[in-house]
Amino acid sequence: MTGVGGQGTLLASRVLGEAALAAGFTPLLSETHGMAQRGGVVTSTVILGDLKSPIISPGEADLVLAFEALEALRALEYCHARTLMLANTAVIPPYPVAVGQVSYPEVSAMLAVVARQVGGLLAFDAGALAREAGSPLAVNMVLLGALAATDTLPVSAADLQQVIRDKTNPRFVNANLSAFEMGAAAAREPAHWLRRPAA
Amino acid sequence: MSELLTGQPGERRLFLGNEAIARGALEAGVALAACYPGTPSSEIGDRLYEVSRTGRLVFEYSTNEKVALEVAAGASAAGWRALASMKHVGVNVAADALMTLAYVGVKGGLVLVSADDPSLFSSQNEQDNRLYARFAGIPMLEPESPQEAKDMTLAAFVLSEELGLPVMLRTTTRVNHTRGVVTLGELASPPPPGRFLKDPFSLVMVPAVARQAHARLLVKLEQARARAEASPFNRLEGTGPLGVVASGVAAAYVADALLELGLKDKVTFLRLGFTHPLPEELIARFLSRVERVLVVEELEPYLEDSLKAIAQCRGLTLPIRGKGAGLFSRLYEFHPALVRRVLADVCQVDYGAPAPLPPAAELLGRPLPERPPILCPGCPHRAMYYAVKIALRDLGVEGIFPTDIGCYTLGLLPPLAMADYLICMGSSITTACGLSRASGQKVVAFIGDSTFFHGGLPGLANAVHNRHDLLLVILDNGTTAMTGHQPHPGVTLTPPDYPGQPVDLAAVVRALGVEQFWRVNPLKYKDTLAATKEAVQKDGVRVLLAQAPCPLYVARLKGKRPTARFQITGECGECRHCLDYLGCPAMHVREGEGRRQLLIDPELCAGCAFCVQLCDHIRPVKAK
Repeated sequence: MTGVGGQGTLLASRVLGEAALAAGFTPLLSETHGMAQRGGVVTSTVILGDLKSPIISPGEADLVLAFEALEALRALEYCHARTLMLANTAVIPPYPVAVGQVSYPEVSAMLAVVARQVGGLLAFDAGALAREAGSPLAVNMVLLGALAATDTLPVSAADLQQVIRDKTNPRFVNANLSAFEMGAAAAREPAHWLRRPAA
Repeated sequence: MSELLTGQPGERRLFLGNEAIARGALEAGVALAACYPGTPSSEIGDRLYEVSRTGRLVFEYSTNEKVALEVAAGASAAGWRALASMKHVGVNVAADALMTLAYVGVKGGLVLVSADDPSLFSSQNEQDNRLYARFAGIPMLEPESPQEAKDMTLAAFVLSEELGLPVMLRTTTRVNHTRGVVTLGELASPPPPGRFLKDPFSLVMVPAVARQAHARLLVKLEQARARAEASPFNRLEGTGPLGVVASGVAAAYVADALLELGLKDKVTFLRLGFTHPLPEELIARFLSRVERVLVVEELEPYLEDSLKAIAQCRGLTLPIRGKGAGLFSRLYEFHPALVRRVLADVCQVDYGAPAPLPPAAELLGRPLPERPPILCPGCPHRAMYYAVKIALRDLGVEGIFPTDIGCYTLGLLPPLAMADYLICMGSSITTACGLSRASGQKVVAFIGDSTFFHGGLPGLANAVHNRHDLLLVILDNGTTAMTGHQPHPGVTLTPPDYPGQPVDLAAVVRALGVEQFWRVNPLKYKDTLAATKEAVQKDGVRVLLAQAPCPLYVARLKGKRPTARFQITGECGECRHCLDYLGCPAMHVREGEGRRQLLIDPELCAGCAFCVQLCDHIRPVKAK
């Protein structure tokens, strides 16, 4: 899971990890703390299966949740030809872009590059759905909902929703759950699949 | 209630490595814990602080790591189990105490947690603190996972008490910040009051006593070695002519690589967790069973050199390799594929990795914009940097900016570019002394409030005493912001019910003999600029105290953000002043129709009202 500091990648990986634990797995998560969190790129990893290594090497992630359009492209470093990527198409301009030093690449061009390289790409504006759900910060919940709907993990939507109820801020639980549902609905929208995974 | 106190023994929980260490300490009945926060160690102290509010243990955020270790040493001398946690470079600060504490010994178990940072995710160096265990002569345990971090913390307390020595739990970022499944044990009951028993001719390190103590330390180390031989943390697995040795998270990478390469039963794997003193007999047995050895360890060739020495003593000539071309680097952290590739090469088996994808920049046909970390919107450090920039520009003076360690180090990046020299905690003041003396240039040093108490006090006393010439700007945001808003002696923003007694920073500065002193709120531009200009032009030691709370922490404590917002009204023309001097991440440019328009993102604007003082085009608006 990769995004920008403050987007909630940590919470998303934590929710997935707790759901996997409840489902009887022995998950391993790695987190980014400290300096990079101030507006920098934040990456966390989740490993399911009986491995001991807590991180994922470049080129070896089977599943990528990209919380921002540019970070989706940057995350290609972690992908291989069969990787399934779920990408938020919303843009958070990095500082050099914001001040006009460099331009932000066309989102459609970046997604086209990703779609050509990976095994599957689901891309939609998760930021808009999070706002619609009542919490602009719930992009992480939108993406988790979409992930659950792709049916790629041995962790069910119900498991994830239970963790959202138990472990996320009570003030935002309802918004989080509706963001989760909206993400699931977005994954069922054929137009959002820029590349369908081979069966 | 703290999560660490819930759950039944045998329950499986998902804990951060640092939480597992805190839980292990609680299961060991730790009575006192002290820390100075620093990534990647901070959560150990933060979780124990939360638990301490229930009265189960005494916890303190100490002024620095030396203080933390010495407070823990005192508690241990009175019979309590004590823990001191710090990042790797913090052990440098504590090293004066550590080296002689090994002579003095301990009564209650004392565990020093060193959190090393291979790859320098959040540090100024990537030193390998395993060398400290050898240097000081203390036992060391190296966990590879959160579960082992908990188990070893518990074991370290027992070992420390049995041997009468402090024990180092040496972790790395990938253990501290890995969240993994941990099986809970029984929590110990809170300890009874300790009692110090006088024994000055063992405990007061004058030369005559210390000579004896050094000899006693060497005896204890031999006892420690016997325990390392029998330790369940050191184990041999598999059989085969290739021997592989690993410790810490590198052992996890090796275990996975052997599994994935199908080498599990073809290699003799020695996993070392109790790594100082090393189990020489076990290692000698291992060396006699294999034909060649590959050592897998991050950073320094600590195990590799030790194995070579053991082999030499036993007259063994088998090749032992680890660091070098085609093998492992002394730089940066490892990752699974890196270890798997080297093992595949050494064993001449197919590596079997998926083909790498071409680099994203190549596919896109242009470089990807970087995303550098940056000071938050509303950060008072930015406002203070701005005032110094403008003051020097108006006065036509070039400034040299020794800086220090904290959020404000991000002032290094353009457009602020307000950092010229940095070594370590507190070095801003002292290096400013040498820089100004040698160069005669105008030196303006920056230090944060927490760092000032940590390492700045001796430097400032020195500057006054030796009549140095510098302007010190103390960026006082009331907390230790970078590591997660921990309190410090000069704290003005505290968690609810924080018991610490605040120490008045301004009074400390004056008491150190500083006569030229200014105090400003950096978010009030006019006053700050005037004071800065005045301070820059004087000679001798001057201190400008810039006080404004960390807006991130204020928002967290109050649970809401300020409601005022600012917007650009109308067209602002071609001026780029705010972009070129301020660098607020809430501001961005929209290009279009041959002209550029500056905009402020209402979601990001923190409402600090600084920019509105600089530009007529910026106006307050009501937030929705």
